[in-house]
Amino acid sequence: MTNTLHRYGKSSSFRDDFILFCIPSPGKNDQGAVEKQKAFLRICARHRPVNMGNGNKGSYKPERHLDPRSHWNRDTSPDWKGVIAGVSKPGTVAAVFDSQDKAVACLREVIDADLGLSVNLSTSVTGAQEVAECCGIPRHSVEYSLGFTDPHDHLPNSQVLELSTMCGHGMVSFNMARKMLDMVREGRRTPEQAVTTLARFCPCGVYNPARARRLLEAARKRTA
Amino acid sequence: MLIDTDKCVACANCVPVCPMGAIYVDPEINRARINEDECVECGTCFRGMSQEHLNPTVVRAVRKLAKLFRFRFEPEPDVCPTAAFVMNDLAMPRLVRQVFSDPVVEHKSTGIKGRGTEEVKTNDVNPRVDVGEVGYTIEFGRPGVGVRFRDIQAMTAALAELGVRFEDKNPISHLMTDRSTGTLRADILNEKILSGIVEIKTTLDQVEPVLSTVEEVNRHIDTVTAVGISTRCDDEGQETKLAELLDELGYLAERAKTNMGLGRLTNLEAT
Repeated sequence: MTNTLHRYGKSSSFRDDFILFCIPSPGKNDQGAVEKQKAFLRICARHRPVNMGNGNKGSYKPERHLDPRSHWNRDTSPDWKGVIAGVSKPGTVAAVFDSQDKAVACLREVIDADLGLSVNLSTSVTGAQEVAECCGIPRHSVEYSLGFTDPHDHLPNSQVLELSTMCGHGMVSFNMARKMLDMVREGRRTPEQAVTTLARFCPCGVYNPARARRLLEAARKRTA
Repeated sequence: MLIDTDKCVACANCVPVCPMGAIYVDPEINRARINEDECVECGTCFRGMSQEHLNPTVVRAVRKLAKLFRFRFEPEPDVCPTAAFVMNDLAMPRLVRQVFSDPVVEHKSTGIKGRGTEEVKTNDVNPRVDVGEVGYTIEFGRPGVGVRFRDIQAMTAALAELGVRFEDKNPISHLMTDRSTGTLRADILNEKILSGIVEIKTTLDQVEPVLSTVEEVNRHIDTVTAVGISTRCDDEGQETKLAELLDELGYLAERAKTNMGLGRLTNLEAT
Protein backbone atom coordinates (compact mmCIF):
# COMPACT_ATOMS: atom_id res chain seq x y z
CA MET A 1 0.00 0.00 0.00
CA THR A 2 1.10 3.55 -0.57
CA ASN A 3 -1.21 5.04 2.01
CA THR A 4 1.28 7.48 3.51
CA LEU A 5 3.42 8.24 0.47
CA HIS A 6 1.35 10.60 -1.62
CA ARG A 7 0.43 13.38 0.77
CA TYR A 8 -0.09 16.69 -0.94
CA GLY A 9 2.23 19.50 0.08
CA LYS A 10 5.68 20.93 -0.26
CA SER A 11 8.60 19.54 1.72
CA SER A 12 8.31 22.29 4.34
CA SER A 13 4.65 21.36 4.87
CA PHE A 14 5.78 18.01 6.28
CA ARG A 15 7.74 19.57 9.15
CA ASP A 16 5.11 18.23 11.56
CA ASP A 17 4.38 14.99 9.72
CA PHE A 18 6.52 11.95 10.54
CA ILE A 19 4.93 8.51 10.23
CA LEU A 20 6.83 5.54 11.59
CA PHE A 21 5.43 2.17 10.72
CA CYS A 22 6.59 -1.39 11.12
CA ILE A 23 5.65 -4.30 8.93
CA PRO A 24 6.49 -8.01 8.94
CA SER A 25 7.09 -9.97 5.75
CA PRO A 26 5.24 -13.29 5.39
CA GLY A 27 7.63 -16.23 5.57
CA LYS A 28 10.54 -14.02 6.59
CA ASN A 29 9.83 -12.51 9.98
CA ASP A 30 6.12 -12.85 10.66
CA GLN A 31 6.38 -15.52 13.39
CA GLY A 32 5.66 -13.82 16.70
CA ALA A 33 5.08 -10.57 14.85
CA VAL A 34 1.90 -9.64 16.72
CA GLU A 35 3.71 -9.25 20.04
CA LYS A 36 6.54 -7.34 18.33
CA GLN A 37 4.06 -5.00 16.68
CA LYS A 38 2.43 -4.36 20.03
CA ALA A 39 5.88 -3.66 21.49
CA PHE A 40 6.51 -1.20 18.64
CA LEU A 41 3.25 0.61 19.37
CA ARG A 42 3.98 0.71 23.12
CA ILE A 43 7.32 2.37 22.37
CA CYS A 44 5.60 4.84 20.04
CA ALA A 45 2.93 5.65 22.64
CA ARG A 46 5.66 6.75 25.06
CA HIS A 47 6.84 9.42 22.62
CA ARG A 48 3.59 11.37 22.47
CA PRO A 49 2.30 10.50 18.97
CA VAL A 50 -0.63 12.41 17.50
CA ASN A 51 -2.22 9.27 16.06
CA MET A 52 -1.62 5.53 15.93
CA GLY A 53 -3.22 2.69 14.00
CA ASN A 54 -3.11 -1.05 13.53
CA GLY A 55 -4.31 -1.30 9.94
CA ASN A 56 -7.93 -1.83 10.89
CA LYS A 57 -8.48 0.75 13.56
CA GLY A 58 -7.06 4.16 14.35
CA SER A 59 -6.99 5.89 17.71
CA TYR A 60 -9.89 8.10 16.58
CA LYS A 61 -12.76 5.87 15.57
CA PRO A 62 -16.45 6.08 14.78
CA GLU A 63 -18.96 4.80 17.28
CA ARG A 64 -21.57 2.17 16.47
CA HIS A 65 -23.98 3.29 19.21
CA LEU A 66 -23.52 6.99 19.66
CA ASP A 67 -25.42 8.59 22.50
CA PRO A 68 -27.46 11.52 21.05
CA ARG A 69 -26.35 13.68 23.99
CA SER A 70 -22.77 13.43 22.71
CA HIS A 71 -23.56 16.04 20.04
CA TRP A 72 -22.79 18.57 22.76
CA ASN A 73 -19.72 16.91 24.30
CA ARG A 74 -18.19 14.56 21.77
CA ASP A 75 -15.11 12.70 22.92
CA THR A 76 -12.05 13.89 20.97
CA SER A 77 -9.39 11.95 22.87
CA PRO A 78 -7.29 9.25 21.16
CA ASP A 79 -7.50 5.63 22.26
CA TRP A 80 -3.92 4.31 22.30
CA LYS A 81 -4.75 1.23 24.39
CA GLY A 82 -7.49 0.16 21.99
CA VAL A 83 -5.12 0.35 19.03
CA ILE A 84 -2.46 -1.75 20.78
CA ALA A 85 -4.95 -4.32 22.06
CA GLY A 86 -6.52 -4.50 18.60
CA VAL A 87 -3.42 -5.92 16.90
CA SER A 88 -4.57 -9.45 16.19
CA LYS A 89 -2.52 -10.62 13.21
CA PRO A 90 0.66 -9.63 11.37
CA GLY A 91 0.21 -6.45 9.35
CA THR A 92 1.18 -2.81 9.27
CA VAL A 93 1.07 -0.76 12.47
CA ALA A 94 1.87 2.93 12.47
CA ALA A 95 2.38 5.99 14.65
CA VAL A 96 2.26 9.63 13.58
CA PHE A 97 4.50 12.27 15.19
CA ASP A 98 4.31 16.01 14.89
CA SER A 99 8.02 16.73 15.30
CA GLN A 100 11.32 15.41 14.05
CA ASP A 101 12.65 15.26 17.60
CA LYS A 102 9.89 12.89 18.66
CA ALA A 103 10.47 10.72 15.59
CA VAL A 104 14.19 10.52 16.31
CA ALA A 105 13.66 9.66 19.99
CA CYS A 106 11.11 7.00 19.12
CA LEU A 107 13.22 5.47 16.36
CA ARG A 108 16.22 5.28 18.69
CA GLU A 109 14.19 3.28 21.16
CA VAL A 110 12.84 1.05 18.38
CA ILE A 111 16.42 0.38 17.23
CA ASP A 112 17.40 -0.57 20.78
CA ALA A 113 14.41 -2.91 21.04
CA ASP A 114 15.76 -4.86 18.01
CA LEU A 115 12.36 -6.20 17.00
CA GLY A 116 13.59 -7.55 13.67
CA LEU A 117 10.63 -6.13 11.74
CA SER A 118 11.02 -3.70 8.85
CA VAL A 119 10.61 -0.11 9.99
CA ASN A 120 9.82 2.71 7.57
CA LEU A 121 9.53 6.44 7.93
CA SER A 122 7.22 8.46 5.71
CA THR A 123 7.92 12.20 5.60
CA SER A 124 9.85 14.66 3.44
CA VAL A 125 12.90 13.24 1.67
CA THR A 126 15.25 15.41 3.69
CA GLY A 127 13.37 14.80 6.93
CA ALA A 128 13.88 11.05 6.64
CA GLN A 129 17.56 11.50 5.81
CA GLU A 130 18.05 13.66 8.88
CA VAL A 131 16.23 11.23 11.17
CA ALA A 132 18.37 8.32 9.92
CA GLU A 133 21.55 10.35 10.44
CA CYS A 134 20.51 11.39 13.95
CA CYS A 135 19.90 7.73 14.80
CA GLY A 136 23.20 6.65 13.25
CA ILE A 137 21.71 4.17 10.77
CA PRO A 138 22.06 3.95 7.00
CA ARG A 139 18.85 4.09 4.98
CA HIS A 140 18.14 0.80 3.21
CA SER A 141 15.70 1.78 0.48
CA VAL A 142 13.73 4.83 -0.52
CA GLU A 143 10.51 5.34 -2.45
CA TYR A 144 9.98 8.84 -3.81
CA SER A 145 6.55 10.30 -4.43
CA LEU A 146 6.29 12.10 -7.77
CA GLY A 147 2.98 13.64 -6.73
CA PHE A 148 -0.33 13.65 -8.55
CA THR A 149 -0.76 13.97 -12.30
CA ASP A 150 -4.14 15.44 -13.15
CA PRO A 151 -4.41 16.30 -16.85
CA HIS A 152 -8.22 16.44 -16.70
CA ASP A 153 -8.45 18.95 -13.89
CA HIS A 154 -10.29 16.70 -11.43
CA LEU A 155 -8.52 17.81 -8.25
CA PRO A 156 -9.69 20.56 -5.87
CA ASN A 157 -7.62 23.40 -4.40
CA SER A 158 -4.49 22.83 -2.31
CA GLN A 159 -6.20 23.38 1.07
CA VAL A 160 -8.69 20.60 0.38
CA LEU A 161 -6.00 18.35 -1.08
CA GLU A 162 -3.68 18.78 1.90
CA LEU A 163 -6.45 17.82 4.30
CA SER A 164 -7.94 14.94 2.35
CA THR A 165 -4.77 13.18 1.19
CA MET A 166 -3.64 12.54 4.75
CA CYS A 167 -5.83 9.47 4.57
CA GLY A 168 -3.92 7.71 1.84
CA HIS A 169 -6.70 5.23 1.21
CA GLY A 170 -8.92 8.13 0.18
CA MET A 171 -11.50 7.72 2.95
CA VAL A 172 -11.49 11.46 3.73
CA SER A 173 -13.46 12.85 0.82
CA PHE A 174 -12.81 16.20 -0.82
CA ASN A 175 -16.33 17.29 0.11
CA MET A 176 -15.85 16.38 3.77
CA ALA A 177 -12.53 18.24 3.93
CA ARG A 178 -14.19 21.23 2.25
CA LYS A 179 -17.11 21.05 4.70
CA MET A 180 -14.75 21.07 7.68
CA LEU A 181 -12.83 24.02 6.22
CA ASP A 182 -16.11 25.90 5.83
CA MET A 183 -17.36 24.99 9.32
CA VAL A 184 -14.12 26.21 10.89
CA ARG A 185 -14.16 29.43 8.86
CA GLU A 186 -17.77 30.05 9.85
CA GLY A 187 -17.02 29.41 13.50
CA ARG A 188 -19.37 26.42 13.62
CA ARG A 189 -16.61 24.02 14.67
CA THR A 190 -13.25 24.47 16.32
CA PRO A 191 -10.21 23.16 14.43
CA GLU A 192 -9.86 20.54 17.18
CA GLN A 193 -13.39 19.25 16.58
CA ALA A 194 -12.95 19.37 12.81
CA VAL A 195 -9.71 17.37 12.73
CA THR A 196 -11.14 14.73 15.03
CA THR A 197 -14.10 14.37 12.68
CA LEU A 198 -11.76 13.93 9.71
CA ALA A 199 -9.44 11.52 11.56
CA ARG A 200 -12.35 9.20 12.38
CA PHE A 201 -12.69 8.36 8.67
CA CYS A 202 -9.11 7.04 8.46
CA PRO A 203 -9.25 3.40 9.63
CA CYS A 204 -5.46 2.92 9.52
CA GLY A 205 -4.78 5.70 12.03
CA VAL A 206 -2.25 7.53 9.85
CA TYR A 207 -4.22 10.77 9.56
CA ASN A 208 -2.22 13.58 11.15
CA PRO A 209 -4.51 15.71 13.38
CA ALA A 210 -1.68 18.07 14.33
CA ARG A 211 -0.87 18.97 10.73
CA ALA A 212 -4.58 19.16 9.90
CA ARG A 213 -5.13 21.55 12.82
CA ARG A 214 -2.29 23.78 11.58
CA LEU A 215 -3.70 23.72 8.03
CA LEU A 216 -7.20 24.59 9.25
CA GLU A 217 -5.91 27.45 11.40
CA ALA A 218 -3.92 28.75 8.45
CA ALA A 219 -6.89 28.46 6.11
CA ARG A 220 -9.14 30.27 8.59
CA LYS A 221 -6.75 33.16 8.92
CA ARG A 222 -5.50 32.85 5.33
CA THR A 223 -1.93 32.76 6.56
CA ALA A 224 -0.83 30.13 4.04
CA MET B 1 -23.92 -0.62 -0.32
CA LEU B 2 -27.58 -0.01 0.35
CA ILE B 3 -29.59 2.63 2.15
CA ASP B 4 -32.57 1.39 4.13
CA THR B 5 -35.31 3.78 2.99
CA ASP B 6 -37.42 2.90 6.03
CA LYS B 7 -34.66 4.32 8.22
CA CYS B 8 -33.20 7.17 6.14
CA VAL B 9 -34.40 10.62 7.23
CA ALA B 10 -32.70 12.56 4.38
CA CYS B 11 -30.49 14.51 6.77
CA ALA B 12 -27.79 14.50 4.03
CA ASN B 13 -24.93 14.05 6.47
CA CYS B 14 -23.70 11.19 4.28
CA VAL B 15 -23.64 13.25 1.07
CA PRO B 16 -20.23 14.92 1.61
CA VAL B 17 -18.83 11.80 3.27
CA CYS B 18 -18.76 9.74 0.06
CA PRO B 19 -15.28 9.90 -1.55
CA MET B 20 -16.84 9.42 -4.98
CA GLY B 21 -19.71 11.89 -4.53
CA ALA B 22 -22.10 9.06 -5.30
CA ILE B 23 -24.73 9.84 -2.62
CA TYR B 24 -27.48 12.38 -3.11
CA VAL B 25 -30.89 13.18 -1.65
CA ASP B 26 -33.61 12.29 -4.12
CA PRO B 27 -36.38 14.92 -3.76
CA GLU B 28 -38.98 12.56 -5.24
CA ILE B 29 -38.74 10.13 -2.34
CA ASN B 30 -37.07 12.46 0.19
CA ARG B 31 -34.43 9.86 0.97
CA ALA B 32 -30.72 9.57 0.28
CA ARG B 33 -29.84 7.41 -2.70
CA ILE B 34 -26.64 5.90 -4.03
CA ASN B 35 -25.62 6.13 -7.67
CA GLU B 36 -24.66 2.46 -8.00
CA ASP B 37 -22.55 2.98 -11.09
CA GLU B 38 -20.39 5.56 -9.32
CA CYS B 39 -20.27 3.81 -5.91
CA VAL B 40 -16.98 1.95 -5.43
CA GLU B 41 -18.13 0.01 -2.33
CA CYS B 42 -15.41 1.58 -0.19
CA GLY B 43 -17.57 1.41 2.95
CA THR B 44 -16.77 4.96 4.08
CA CYS B 45 -20.47 5.76 4.63
CA PHE B 46 -21.16 2.54 6.53
CA ARG B 47 -17.95 2.27 8.52
CA GLY B 48 -16.66 5.83 8.76
CA MET B 49 -19.83 7.45 10.07
CA SER B 50 -20.83 7.06 13.67
CA GLN B 51 -24.29 5.66 14.15
CA GLU B 52 -27.16 6.64 16.34
CA HIS B 53 -30.21 4.43 16.44
CA LEU B 54 -32.94 7.05 16.71
CA ASN B 55 -36.55 6.47 15.75
CA PRO B 56 -36.85 7.58 12.09
CA THR B 57 -40.43 8.76 12.48
CA VAL B 58 -39.52 11.03 15.38
CA VAL B 59 -36.46 12.39 13.57
CA ARG B 60 -38.47 13.14 10.42
CA ALA B 61 -41.10 14.96 12.48
CA VAL B 62 -38.48 17.08 14.24
CA ARG B 63 -36.76 17.85 10.95
CA LYS B 64 -40.06 18.80 9.34
CA LEU B 65 -40.84 21.17 12.19
CA ALA B 66 -37.38 22.70 12.10
CA LYS B 67 -37.63 23.13 8.32
CA LEU B 68 -40.98 24.88 8.71
CA PHE B 69 -39.42 27.53 10.92
CA ARG B 70 -36.16 27.50 8.95
CA PHE B 71 -34.21 26.39 12.00
CA ARG B 72 -30.79 25.08 11.26
CA PHE B 73 -30.09 21.94 13.23
CA GLU B 74 -26.34 21.56 13.72
CA PRO B 75 -25.70 17.84 14.22
CA GLU B 76 -22.30 16.23 14.34
CA PRO B 77 -21.33 16.05 10.65
CA ASP B 78 -20.17 12.43 10.67
CA VAL B 79 -23.25 10.81 12.15
CA CYS B 80 -26.01 8.74 10.56
CA PRO B 81 -28.84 9.33 13.05
CA THR B 82 -30.76 6.17 12.18
CA ALA B 83 -27.98 3.75 11.12
CA ALA B 84 -29.54 3.53 7.66
CA PHE B 85 -26.59 2.09 5.72
CA VAL B 86 -26.50 -1.63 5.00
CA MET B 87 -23.41 -3.38 3.70
CA ASN B 88 -24.70 -6.10 1.39
CA ASP B 89 -22.89 -9.20 0.12
CA LEU B 90 -21.37 -8.71 -3.30
CA ALA B 91 -20.54 -11.15 -6.09
CA MET B 92 -18.05 -10.89 -8.93
CA PRO B 93 -17.54 -8.77 -10.90
CA ARG B 94 -18.90 -6.07 -8.56
CA LEU B 95 -16.91 -7.57 -5.69
CA VAL B 96 -13.69 -6.16 -7.18
CA ARG B 97 -14.98 -2.67 -6.34
CA GLN B 98 -14.98 -3.49 -2.66
CA VAL B 99 -11.67 -5.34 -2.50
CA PHE B 100 -9.87 -2.51 -4.30
CA SER B 101 -11.64 0.31 -2.48
CA ASP B 102 -12.26 -0.73 1.12
CA PRO B 103 -8.92 -0.79 3.00
CA VAL B 104 -10.16 -3.08 5.75
CA VAL B 105 -11.37 -5.79 3.37
CA GLU B 106 -8.93 -8.48 2.33
CA HIS B 107 -8.40 -9.37 -1.30
CA LYS B 108 -10.35 -12.63 -1.24
CA SER B 109 -10.85 -12.45 -4.99
CA THR B 110 -7.13 -12.21 -5.61
CA GLY B 111 -5.73 -13.94 -2.55
CA ILE B 112 -3.65 -10.89 -1.71
CA LYS B 113 -4.21 -8.30 0.98
CA GLY B 114 -4.11 -4.59 0.31
CA ARG B 115 -4.10 -2.68 -2.96
CA GLY B 116 -0.47 -3.37 -3.66
CA THR B 117 2.36 -5.44 -2.25
CA GLU B 118 5.15 -4.83 0.23
CA GLU B 119 6.97 -2.61 -2.31
CA VAL B 120 10.30 -1.62 -0.71
CA LYS B 121 8.80 -1.50 2.78
CA THR B 122 10.27 -4.93 3.45
CA ASN B 123 13.12 -4.68 0.95
CA ASP B 124 15.55 -5.29 3.82
CA VAL B 125 14.25 -8.83 4.40
CA ASN B 126 12.46 -9.57 1.14
CA PRO B 127 14.67 -8.08 -1.60
CA ARG B 128 12.66 -6.79 -4.54
CA VAL B 129 14.62 -3.78 -5.74
CA ASP B 130 18.41 -3.77 -5.70
CA VAL B 131 20.96 -1.01 -6.27
CA GLY B 132 20.60 0.10 -9.91
CA GLU B 133 17.09 -1.26 -10.14
CA VAL B 134 13.94 0.80 -9.96
CA GLY B 135 10.53 -0.19 -8.63
CA TYR B 136 7.36 1.72 -9.54
CA THR B 137 3.94 1.95 -7.97
CA ILE B 138 1.62 3.57 -10.49
CA GLU B 139 -1.58 4.38 -8.68
CA PHE B 140 -4.81 5.34 -10.43
CA GLY B 141 -7.91 7.08 -9.13
CA ARG B 142 -6.68 8.43 -5.84
CA PRO B 143 -7.34 10.96 -4.51
CA GLY B 144 -11.08 11.27 -4.88
CA VAL B 145 -11.56 10.48 -8.55
CA GLY B 146 -11.71 6.71 -8.97
CA VAL B 147 -10.87 4.68 -12.03
CA ARG B 148 -12.39 1.99 -14.26
CA PHE B 149 -10.38 -1.12 -15.03
CA ARG B 150 -10.58 -0.37 -18.76
CA ASP B 151 -8.50 2.75 -18.09
CA ILE B 152 -6.00 0.77 -16.03
CA GLN B 153 -5.78 -1.66 -18.94
CA ALA B 154 -4.89 1.19 -21.28
CA MET B 155 -1.87 1.83 -19.05
CA THR B 156 -0.86 -1.81 -18.55
CA ALA B 157 -1.04 -2.38 -22.31
CA ALA B 158 1.23 0.60 -22.97
CA LEU B 159 3.67 -0.50 -20.27
CA ALA B 160 3.70 -4.06 -21.59
CA GLU B 161 4.86 -2.71 -24.95
CA LEU B 162 7.91 -1.30 -23.15
CA GLY B 163 8.75 -4.82 -21.99
CA VAL B 164 8.47 -4.06 -18.27
CA ARG B 165 7.96 -6.80 -15.70
CA PHE B 166 4.73 -6.70 -13.72
CA GLU B 167 5.10 -7.56 -10.05
CA ASP B 168 3.83 -11.08 -9.35
CA LYS B 169 2.25 -10.48 -5.97
CA ASN B 170 0.08 -7.57 -6.95
CA PRO B 171 -3.72 -7.65 -7.14
CA ILE B 172 -3.89 -6.06 -10.59
CA SER B 173 -1.24 -8.40 -12.00
CA HIS B 174 -3.40 -11.19 -10.61
CA LEU B 175 -6.35 -9.97 -12.69
CA MET B 176 -4.36 -10.05 -15.94
CA THR B 177 -5.20 -12.75 -18.46
CA ASP B 178 -2.03 -12.03 -20.46
CA ARG B 179 0.86 -10.25 -18.80
CA SER B 180 2.81 -9.96 -22.05
CA THR B 181 0.10 -7.61 -23.36
CA GLY B 182 -1.17 -6.22 -20.05
CA THR B 183 -4.68 -7.53 -20.77
CA LEU B 184 -7.13 -7.66 -17.86
CA ARG B 185 -10.14 -9.91 -17.32
CA ALA B 186 -12.92 -8.79 -19.67
CA ASP B 187 -15.69 -9.08 -17.06
CA ILE B 188 -14.21 -6.39 -14.80
CA LEU B 189 -13.31 -3.72 -17.35
CA ASN B 190 -16.30 -1.48 -16.61
CA GLU B 191 -16.02 -1.80 -12.83
CA LYS B 192 -15.04 1.37 -11.00
CA ILE B 193 -12.69 1.33 -8.01
CA LEU B 194 -11.37 3.99 -5.67
CA SER B 195 -7.77 3.18 -6.47
CA GLY B 196 -5.63 0.55 -8.09
CA ILE B 197 -1.88 0.16 -8.10
CA VAL B 198 0.17 -1.32 -10.93
CA GLU B 199 3.66 -2.37 -9.86
CA ILE B 200 6.58 -2.86 -12.20
CA LYS B 201 10.34 -3.04 -12.02
CA THR B 202 12.94 -1.89 -14.52
CA THR B 203 16.56 -0.88 -14.74
CA LEU B 204 17.62 2.74 -14.25
CA ASP B 205 17.87 3.45 -17.98
CA GLN B 206 14.15 2.75 -18.47
CA VAL B 207 12.96 5.40 -16.03
CA GLU B 208 12.49 8.09 -18.66
CA PRO B 209 10.45 5.99 -21.14
CA VAL B 210 8.31 4.56 -18.34
CA LEU B 211 7.49 7.93 -16.81
CA SER B 212 6.81 9.57 -20.16
CA THR B 213 4.54 6.66 -21.10
CA VAL B 214 2.60 7.07 -17.85
CA GLU B 215 2.14 10.79 -18.53
CA GLU B 216 1.11 10.22 -22.13
CA VAL B 217 -1.44 7.50 -21.33
CA ASN B 218 -2.80 9.58 -18.44
CA ARG B 219 -3.78 12.26 -20.96
CA HIS B 220 -6.14 9.79 -22.59
CA ILE B 221 -7.73 8.19 -19.53
CA ASP B 222 -10.19 10.07 -17.35
CA THR B 223 -8.49 9.81 -13.96
CA VAL B 224 -5.51 10.94 -11.89
CA THR B 225 -2.27 9.05 -11.36
CA ALA B 226 0.34 9.09 -8.62
CA VAL B 227 3.71 7.48 -9.18
CA GLY B 228 5.97 6.18 -6.45
CA ILE B 229 9.47 5.28 -7.59
CA SER B 230 11.90 3.34 -5.46
CA THR B 231 15.40 2.02 -5.30
CA ARG B 232 17.91 0.66 -2.84
CA CYS B 233 20.44 2.90 -1.11
CA ASP B 234 24.15 2.06 -1.02
CA ASP B 235 25.92 0.62 2.05
CA GLU B 236 26.34 4.12 3.51
CA GLY B 237 22.62 4.79 3.18
CA GLN B 238 23.07 7.19 0.28
CA GLU B 239 20.94 7.34 -2.85
CA THR B 240 21.89 9.81 -5.54
CA LYS B 241 21.50 8.06 -8.90
CA LEU B 242 17.72 7.93 -9.03
CA ALA B 243 17.31 11.28 -7.24
CA GLU B 244 19.61 13.01 -9.74
CA LEU B 245 17.90 11.34 -12.69
CA LEU B 246 14.48 12.48 -11.46
CA ASP B 247 15.86 15.97 -11.02
CA GLU B 248 17.21 15.92 -14.59
CA LEU B 249 13.82 14.78 -15.88
CA GLY B 250 12.11 17.64 -14.06
CA TYR B 251 10.40 15.68 -11.30
CA LEU B 252 10.43 17.22 -7.85
CA ALA B 253 10.20 14.58 -5.13
CA GLU B 254 9.00 16.36 -1.99
CA ARG B 255 8.11 13.28 -0.02
CA ALA B 256 9.41 9.75 0.38
CA LYS B 257 8.93 6.56 2.27
CA THR B 258 12.22 5.34 3.67
CA ASN B 259 13.04 1.81 4.76
CA MET B 260 15.37 2.16 7.74
CA GLY B 261 16.93 -1.29 7.32
CA LEU B 262 16.00 -2.70 10.72
CA GLY B 263 14.32 -5.86 9.46
CA ARG B 264 15.97 -9.27 9.59
CA LEU B 265 15.04 -12.88 8.98
CA THR B 266 13.66 -14.32 12.20
CA ASN B 267 11.34 -17.13 11.09
CA LEU B 268 12.90 -20.49 11.84
CA GLU B 269 12.65 -21.72 8.23
CA ALA B 270 14.01 -18.41 6.90
CA THR B 271 17.17 -18.23 9.02
